[in-house]
Parts: sequence; structure tokens; C-alpha cells
Amino acid sequence: MGSGIANDYSVSHPFGSFNAERTGHRNSRESRTMLSRVADSLYWMSRYLERAENTVRLLDVTMSLMLDTGGSNVETRWQRMVAALGKPGEMEWNGSIEEMAKKLVYDHLSPASVIYCLNGARENARQVREEISTEMWQRLNRLYHQMHLPRAQSQFSANMSDQLSAVIDGIYLFKGTTDTSMIHGQGWQFIRLGRYLERAYATATLLEVYQSELFPAQERESSGYLHLELVGLLRCCTAFEAYCQVYTADLSPERMLEFLVLNREFPHAIHYCVAGTREAVEGIQQAGGRRPPEELKAAIGKLSAMLGYTSINEILAGDTAGFLHKIRGQCLYIHELIYRFYVHYSIQSALTV
Amino acid sequence: MTAGHPVVLDTLYGDYPLDHAFDEMREPSGEVRAPYRALVETLAALPAGELQRRKQSVDLAFLTQGITFTVYGREEGTERIFPYDLLPRLITGPEWDRIERGLTQRITALNLFLRDVYSDAKILADRVIPRELVYSCKHYRRQMRGLQVPRNVYIAVVGSDLLRLNTGEFVVLEDNLRVPSGVSYMLTNRRVMKRSFPQLFASCGVRPIEHYPQLLLATLRSLAPEGRPEPNIVLLTPGVFNSAYFEHTYLARQMGIDLVEGRDLVTHDNIVYMRTTDGLKRVDVIYRRVDDDFSDPLVFRSDSALGCAGLFNAYRAGNVTVSNAFGTGLADDKAVYAYVPRMIRYYLNEDPILPNVETFLLSEDKDRKYVLANLDKLVVKAVGESGGYGMLIGPHSTAAQREEFARQIEANPRNYIAQPTLDFSRAPCLIGDRLEPRHVDLRPYILFGDKINIVPGGLTRVALEKGSLVVNSSQGGGSKDTWVLE
Repeated sequence: MGSGIANDYSVSHPFGSFNAERTGHRNSRESRTMLSRVADSLYWMSRYLERAENTVRLLDVTMSLMLDTGGSNVETRWQRMVAALGKPGEMEWNGSIEEMAKKLVYDHLSPASVIYCLNGARENARQVREEISTEMWQRLNRLYHQMHLPRAQSQFSANMSDQLSAVIDGIYLFKGTTDTSMIHGQGWQFIRLGRYLERAYATATLLEVYQSELFPAQERESSGYLHLELVGLLRCCTAFEAYCQVYTADLSPERMLEFLVLNREFPHAIHYCVAGTREAVEGIQQAGGRRPPEELKAAIGKLSAMLGYTSINEILAGDTAGFLHKIRGQCLYIHELIYRFYVHYSIQSALTV
Repeated sequence: MTAGHPVVLDTLYGDYPLDHAFDEMREPSGEVRAPYRALVETLAALPAGELQRRKQSVDLAFLTQGITFTVYGREEGTERIFPYDLLPRLITGPEWDRIERGLTQRITALNLFLRDVYSDAKILADRVIPRELVYSCKHYRRQMRGLQVPRNVYIAVVGSDLLRLNTGEFVVLEDNLRVPSGVSYMLTNRRVMKRSFPQLFASCGVRPIEHYPQLLLATLRSLAPEGRPEPNIVLLTPGVFNSAYFEHTYLARQMGIDLVEGRDLVTHDNIVYMRTTDGLKRVDVIYRRVDDDFSDPLVFRSDSALGCAGLFNAYRAGNVTVSNAFGTGLADDKAVYAYVPRMIRYYLNEDPILPNVETFLLSEDKDRKYVLANLDKLVVKAVGESGGYGMLIGPHSTAAQREEFARQIEANPRNYIAQPTLDFSRAPCLIGDRLEPRHVDLRPYILFGDKINIVPGGLTRVALEKGSLVVNSSQGGGSKDTWVLE
């Protein structure tokens, strides 16, 4: 690049001339297309893992908040966590926190449970076993077998914290393996797409549930319990240390909201996730996919602009819950467009192209 | 402790009887056969418990690699690893060369037979094979009549099952010409063995098999429709619930081709497409791992959701190659099997190199009378079944089972054949911490594109139950690596 032979074509497409040179002797696999079903499976594998991770983290934080008996009672905290997980029906409070926690982790019939998500991720991975690397598959498989050990369940109450961190570790290892062992082509972009959309949606849901408690506007002074709650919220997004780096340990709900919604550099902030979603869609196109339709680009662009050009004061002055709710709605819409364009398109429309 | 010390050897041999069956490792006198000496010395030199330890480490590797099959009928589909044995089965170079020549001859003749039957049917007109035997076969596909297939290759991928009799001679028990499976176990067994016994492997001089996926890809490519120089080759699987799904993903990955399901395919104007994120992409060659019956609901079973509607018409139009071709099950029908030596003579004018097992056709009155009188000594098989189903093993059967089979034979004699109960060979297996002999067969994999290719060896299947003669994995069989020596 930047050499004397740069013509218009190679300037606008830095890799264009490179590709053109190689087309002569490339084999049929080079500009790889991807089966819609495979893209779908990779996307859901990734979403399920992200969901499992989020559930584990919320549970871990909630359980540790319950150790401090002041503030909200156990049931209220449980209900709030369940709401932050999207109010799955089967997780109604039954009076025993140990039982509930175990159910949320190990009830393989409940779609909200960690094991259900991990099974879903593995099942999706199994259906595209040939598309992911052996290292990824083994990593995920190990996590799966670890969750299915009989003693894991029977000893859950005794060493819950260890087990929850083991799940998180397993997922982190899988993500690392994914990034280092897989071609960063379309498949990888669909994995990122699933991860960021799921995360943006989960963070928005979490904040929507918490914002009513965070902004009673008065008497939030220096209560030790409130402090714990705030730290807990940040930890739900692994954001405590990152927040401190940006704003110091002075926790204020406004800044926390600003950080978790609008920050461009923190991976769990909604704005960051939306940017990631956009990059993934562009990446799919660069990896040989066709141009995404204007509708999809517009939907992502609109959400991105909303997050990029709204200040926290505007959000707080207006309907905060409504703002967060709108973000969730946009995420769902983007998901639907992705489906309509990449996965469930009509054959008629495809034949006329 | 010197290697091969007799005392050490004795502790290795558990219950190791030698009788009239051919033992792969030991001479009738008890001496270790020459090719096995290096193996036995290696084993004898291992510290106690070492074999067990290696076995466990391999089991764990199989589990994390997901080389498993699902045990059906439980609430949470239990996954099991495929049973396999840690000791290799050895075949000498000259033995293998004969097998290779024999299989090449046999597959050539079977392919000529399929081509003949689906075009002019000369072999039937010449009364070498009875017409009614062919036309009553449930795998005969009249839709294939007069259809030209690329390079006239009907059976691109074949797995034939061989047994070794007490004379030491290899015979063909059956041919699998539809969707033979198991080749992924051959390949993974080899990888495991190289890791478990590296020095032994190197010192034995074993012929490589690892290029099988590449050969398969080249075979499929050679069968692409004309005018498609860069064919899009895919593997069609019934899906994740199929017991061979691991193999489908394994082969697709090793070949670098897409693994498709029926729902990924659509046809339009007799062209097959797959649905991709970029829109529809044309498919040129399908390595089909779905049975005929389920491949196209418009032509075959209409209740199948595994195939692709319109596939057969696209195939008939020559726009897509499907391998193996449809209707190849005709030639592995167990009654047609009995005529394979005659086919070899008819088409090639040669004597068969690998003999058949003596087979009684129950549609013939004389044979049937003999079989019904001797059910307790014979093995009876349904002609269209595979995987060890629909079988009566006379010496191991009850009177009630024999009566039931006699009734079924009388009702539908064309559906059954009988063979003598064979004393096929046994090879040493690791049972507990000792060696014990178990019955084994051999399934080499034959590829037929622009020419016939056979990777040396194949899958040795083991009847892991003591005394059992059934090697099928669906019926408690296992496998072991097969080393063809230089």
C-alpha cells in the first residue's frame, strides 16, 4: 500500500488487487461462502455462551450480596436478578436460596439455566463441528462434561463459588481459543455478532431493572449497603475495576449508568457492544459476504448514533427506563434483520439476485 | 528384566486358549508369529499397569474429542466412546498385496454389474444371474434404468468385510456399496496408536493411511459433472442425530468441504443449490451419507425430511453427481453376493482372487431343505439388512428363535440366505490387564474415481464379548488399528 502502483481501485480496496492477482490459481474454497445453517449455529453457540456467562455472573454477585443481611431481603434480590435475566417463568421463588441457585445452574429443562445454555452452545457447536477448530470443540466439550459430572451437582452447595468461577474460566478459555485457533472469516464474525448482540441486550436489561432502585434521588448517602449494591451492579458486568480507572472509586449511579451505557472502550458497555455488532456485520461483508442491506445498516447505525450523541444528562432528564427499553427493542430488530437477510431468506428473492 | 522373558509373557496372557480358529498372534504351537514378535516384546517390557494407563489416557482423549456415539433410549442421551482395543492388528505386506488385488478385481466387477443391470442387462439375458433375483431385490431402483452416471462409476466409496479362515486365507463376507461407515475410526485409531506406541510404530514399518480424506476428495472431484472445473463438493448428512454424525463432520473437516443437511439444499430448474449467507450457491458433487430411501421425497420415500426434493431430477439431468449412485444396494444384497464370483468370471474372464463364503440361497429348494434341517449349525441372514440386524447365529440360538426363523424363511425365502458358522480368526486384545483372543474381521475402504485406490489396512472390528462372533458396533463390537507392514 502507498507504493507507486496505487490506482483508484487499490486505494479504495487495499486488498482488492491482491485478491485479483490470486484468482488465477485459487481453488474454489478461497472466497469462502458459508451455509446459512452454519452461520445460524455459530451465532447461537456464541449467544448461548454469552448468556451462560451472564447468568453465572449475576448469580455469583447476587449470592455474595445476600451474605450481608441488611438492605434488601433475599427474596427481593432474587426477584431482581430474575428480572435482570429476562424473567424466565420457571425461576419463581420457593423460599430456599440453595435450591433456587442449584435450579438456575443445573435444571437442564429450564431455558434460563446455565446448563441449558451450555448444552445449547455445545449442541450448536456439534452441528457445525467441521467449521470450528478441534481446540475449540475440545474446550467446549470439556466444559460440558465438567458440568455433567454427577458430583458437580451433588456438591454444588458446598463449593458453589468455585464451581461458578470454573464455568466462567471455561467460557473465557473457549473465547481465547476461538480467537487464536479459528480463521477470522465469516464464521468468526457471526460468533462475534452473537456475542455482542447478546451482551448489549443483557446489559440493557440489567440496567433497566436496576435503574429504578438506583435513582430514588435521595438518601443514597454513604450507606454501606448501598455501596455494596453499586459494586454488585458493576461486578455483574465485570466493570468495577474498569469503572474505578475511569472515575475513581467514587461510585455514583449517574456515572455508572454513563459508563455502562455510553463508554466506547469498555467491552460490556452497550455502546461498545453496538460498535462490535457493526464491525462484525462489516466483517462478514469483507470476508466475502454480500453487502448488507440498507435496512440492517440503518438499524445498527441508528442505535449507534443514539448512543454516540446522547449525553447522560439527557438520558437522566428523560425517561431512562424507556431509553434502555428502546435499546433492547433495537437489538431485537437487528437480530430479526440478520435472520431475514442471512438465514431465512426466501428462495425467490435469492434467485433474482 | 529382558524383553520377551517367558515369565513376563505368561503374566500378560490371561485366558488365552488356542484352538482350531486362526490366531493372528500365535502359531498353533503357541509360538508368537514373526510379525508380532516386536509387539509382544514391547508389551512384555512395559511396567505393570502401563497398558492400563495408556488405555485410560486414550479413553479420556476420545471423550474430550467427542468421538462418541449416543446411546438411544435414555432421557439425557448418554454419550459413550467407541470401544476400541489398544493393540494393533498386523497384516504382512504380501498378505495385503493379495487383498488389494482381490478387492480391485471384485469392485471392478461389481461396478460393471451395476452398469450392466441398469443398462442392457446382458448378464441377465445370458442367464448368469437369475432375472428374478435382481428384480425382486428391494434395493433395485428402476429409476436408474438407462441413466448415464459420470465415468460409469456407481460405487465410488466401498467398504468390504473380510474374514480370515483357519487356513489363514482371507475371504469376503460381504460388500457395503451403499453408505459404508467406519473410516473415521480407522483414521482416529491410527492417530491414537502413533501417540501410544511411537517407538513400536516406527520400528515396525507401517504403511500410511492418513491420506484417505485427500484420496476421497480427489475421487469425488474426478466424478464432477462435465464443464464444472472447480466443482463445489459437499457431504450430505442426515444430521446430528445420525449415529455416524461424528464421521460425517470428521470427513468434511478433513476434506475442507461443506457438510450439508437436506434442509440446506434447494433445487431450481434441475440445479441443486445450497443456502449460504451470500445467497444460493450451486452444488456439483454430493458425497451422500443418506440412504436412497430418504434422499428425495419426490422420487423415493415421500415422508422423508432428510433429503432434498428434486435432487433425483437434477441428478438425472446430469447437473449434479451423487456418490454413491442410487440403487447400488442391489449389488450388496446378500443373495446377489453369492453370484459375485460368477460376475468376476463373466465380466473380467478371471478367477476370483478373494473367495466368497459358501452361501445357501433359500429361494432354491435344495438349499432351503438343507438349511432348514441344519439351522442349528448355520448363520441365517436377511438379504437387505446390515449392521448385524436380522441375523440368526445357529449354534448360539434357542429352539424358539430357530422356529421363528424357519417360519419367516418359509414365508419369504428370497429374503434370506444361510452360511456356515465360520471360525474366523482371533487377535489378541487387552482385556483387563491381560491379553485374550477375540474374533476380528477387516473392513478395507475402496475408493473408485478415475481409478481404484485402497489405503493399506482398514478398520479391524473386534467382537469384544468373549466367544462372540458379532463385530458390529451397534451390537457390542469395538475396533483396533490395522498395521500393514512394509
